[in-house]
Amino acid sequence: MSDSTAALLIEGVCKRFGSLQALDHVTLEVKQGEFFGLLGPNGAGKTTLISSMAGLCRADSGSIRVLGHDTVTDYRAARARLGVVPQELVFDPFFTVREMLRIQSGYFGLRRNDDWIDEILQRLDLEAKADVNMRRLSGGMKRRVLVAQALVHRPPLIVLDEPTAGVDVELRQGLWAFVRDLNRQGHTIVLTTHYLEEAESLCGRIAMLKQGRVVALERTADLLSRRVQQTLRLRLGSGTALPAEFRAVARATPDGRVAIVLDSADAVAACLARMHAAGVALDDIELVKPDLEDVFIAMMQEAA
Amino acid sequence: MSMALRTLLYKELLRFWKVSFQTVGAPVLTALLYLLVFSHVLDRTVEVYGGVSYTAFLVPGLVMMSLLQNAFANSSSSLIQSKVTGNIVFVLLPPISYREFFAAYVLAAVIRGLVVGAGVWLVTLWFVELPYAHPLWILFFATVGGAILASLGVIAGIWADKFDQLAAFQNFVVMPLTFLSGVFYSIHTLPDFWQAVSHLNPFFYMIDGFRYGFFGQSDVSPWISALVAGGSFAVLAGITLNMLARGYKLRS
Repeated sequence: MSDSTAALLIEGVCKRFGSLQALDHVTLEVKQGEFFGLLGPNGAGKTTLISSMAGLCRADSGSIRVLGHDTVTDYRAARARLGVVPQELVFDPFFTVREMLRIQSGYFGLRRNDDWIDEILQRLDLEAKADVNMRRLSGGMKRRVLVAQALVHRPPLIVLDEPTAGVDVELRQGLWAFVRDLNRQGHTIVLTTHYLEEAESLCGRIAMLKQGRVVALERTADLLSRRVQQTLRLRLGSGTALPAEFRAVARATPDGRVAIVLDSADAVAACLARMHAAGVALDDIELVKPDLEDVFIAMMQEAA
Repeated sequence: MSMALRTLLYKELLRFWKVSFQTVGAPVLTALLYLLVFSHVLDRTVEVYGGVSYTAFLVPGLVMMSLLQNAFANSSSSLIQSKVTGNIVFVLLPPISYREFFAAYVLAAVIRGLVVGAGVWLVTLWFVELPYAHPLWILFFATVGGAILASLGVIAGIWADKFDQLAAFQNFVVMPLTFLSGVFYSIHTLPDFWQAVSHLNPFFYMIDGFRYGFFGQSDVSPWISALVAGGSFAVLAGITLNMLARGYKLRS
């Protein structure tokens, strides 16, 4: 396997459940070492796509390759290279945390894996719970064990399906620090999350899904910079009024400022120049850049 | 044996062993109660084979019945629990082939069946002394019988979406076939029509062949029983492997 082999290559994948087209010709490529975000509203097809990668679900057409290995015809090699943290909080009530991790290691052909298991337990702050039965763990702890289980075989491609849903801030921060380290060590990460600020800060590239189709596939920075408007927030000097041309587009904010939505950085510069020419005194200027949530909403409305 | 198969087998064995009071102790007690009640009521009045007491006749039947029921219970309950709770993904995500999946669930279920069967046999030693005419036949029918019910358990566990569907399978298929297979009687004591019906029940051959291993006497030749049991396993194993290969109800 060369470094140019895609960590994940999805080509023309379709999946239908009855009358619902869950995936509609999905094509995307994730390169080795990327931190990739898969976003979309509920029912967009994110989990179906992950299930198709993992072999939990069989695509009607198209193909998926994990590091060059087809997930259907070469499923054992593909699954050996893939670690999936499922969205559902599932656990086996018969076993302790350590038993679960040893069993999971064995499924991947690893006999002696205790050194790595200890490291995962330590990084996920699970050491004190190693010999506790799964039933007795809190929801957040169970979530950590799910992450640990997905990592026992050091998979080159790690897929996290909403791993921070319903978990506290401490775990989120710890988890992201660990996942970032794994990414720095060369693991490719594919993440779905409802917390868009997480995707914005973590993911180098993002694909947005809507109704089973890819509606955006770009670098996060490009996604943030394109099309979406910027908001200029101004505090006017006392006794100063807005020039007439801006009154129709400006709105007052609760903190006594004036907000004007503009299309581009050039428009911002032009607006400020006209204010200056009109003799408007400004006590404060703030430019609010769009966040991923704005882009997400715009994309979803656009694709409707 | 691959590491994945060994691990899945170990997991399945550990699963029932952790609750052995319920998975081994309880069925042994149930069989013992059957033996106490039936042998007390019928021992002096019923003679099945010449020179074999009813209690002695009953013991191999009870051992086999417990073995079969527990082999079925092991694979079916493990799968339905994993499906209902969702932790089935832990065995679906790793690179475990469908043949390894089949082998692990069937082997674990056969072992539980044999452990329970051995438990029933051990406690009945206090009540009756059995001959062991053909020990290899005993082992053969115990193992193949367990494997048949283990496969049936995998089929039922995969097919059932809910616990009550599995209970229906157990109560309306497994229980009648087991009870009407000659556990408690020799089919030669039945009217001709019911004898003919019994010959259509594959469970009858497993129990009859198993009993032949003890007494050297049986209703049909052990070779015919072996053929029926082996054929039944081959058919059920084929169906189970086909379901697993297609991912029926496991991979959508």
